[in-house]
Amino acid sequence: MIEIVYVVDSLLLLFLLVSALAIARSADLLVVTILLSIFSLLMAAAYLVMDAPDVAITEAAVGAGISTIVLLAAISLTGRYESKRGQNSSNALSFLIVLLMGAGLFYAIQDLPEFGSNDAPVHNQIVAYYIEGTRKFMGFTNVVTAILASFRGYDTLGETAVVLVAAVSVMLLLWDKDERDT
Amino acid sequence: MKEIHKKINTISTIHGIERPILRVVSTLLIPFVTLYAVYVQLNGEYSPGGGFQAGVILAAPIILFALFLDAEIMTSVIPMSFLRSMAATGVLTYSSTGLAGIFCGRNFLDYSVFAGSFGQKLGIFLVELGVGMTVFSAMLIIYFSFALRRKK
Repeated sequence: MIEIVYVVDSLLLLFLLVSALAIARSADLLVVTILLSIFSLLMAAAYLVMDAPDVAITEAAVGAGISTIVLLAAISLTGRYESKRGQNSSNALSFLIVLLMGAGLFYAIQDLPEFGSNDAPVHNQIVAYYIEGTRKFMGFTNVVTAILASFRGYDTLGETAVVLVAAVSVMLLLWDKDERDT
Repeated sequence: MKEIHKKINTISTIHGIERPILRVVSTLLIPFVTLYAVYVQLNGEYSPGGGFQAGVILAAPIILFALFLDAEIMTSVIPMSFLRSMAATGVLTYSSTGLAGIFCGRNFLDYSVFAGSFGQKLGIFLVELGVGMTVFSAMLIIYFSFALRRKK
């Protein structure tokens, strides 16, 4: 009997492939944005299937939600269609680069450990300390929160600063001079 | 506040087009999404999520309001200056929680100084609060910067 996980995985992969191809084929930026949102939602489902609900929430909220809205706002400022100028000039070169990149990634997949394998390098180093330490030091159960906020606190501080810098940069780029004080 | 209420009541259309479905569905969704954001922020120690996710989810209903009302009305409710200070305060909360460790003679971001296991919980709560504040206001700043810019 086929396990249900494989059915779900294959369906997700099929939908992801279809939406990715549709994104590549479409010239209408509004359609592309909505398809990207669907792609993100499918990725969120894929993360959920892989038992990573933290990542799934982030992908659904940021990838499918906020970034879609920001892209739509950008489209409303610029234009719905790509300009025809300079479109077909370097298609062959970019296709070659993408093809090489894809081939390289497929070559690299062979060296990845099997999904969920106990012998994977990532499961045999510091993870045991994190899992034991979460109960011992913090006394709660979500290891991901413990790693993000305490064990690897430096990283998260840097990430928070990056978010602040992103907001400041967008403000500096897009804010009109006369509205700066509102 | 009264002025804002009046403004909201008069505007039932976007660019002259009525959008009752968007308005009704958003009004139904917004309280639940907001509540979920608070849950994700406060319960991140036991359930998936944390400050980052909560900040984004909390920003979503406000952007939804801005979509079916008007971005300018939303910025008069939550001014940009407030968002700017909130974004900076979030990072400040995070780093001062870290500095508290140094002042108590331990390492940067070592929360055990506060009181053992409870100190870890308190430190993580403060740090997640800082992340949530920064992410929430950064998302709104980015959206409002795009939405309020006039097409030239």
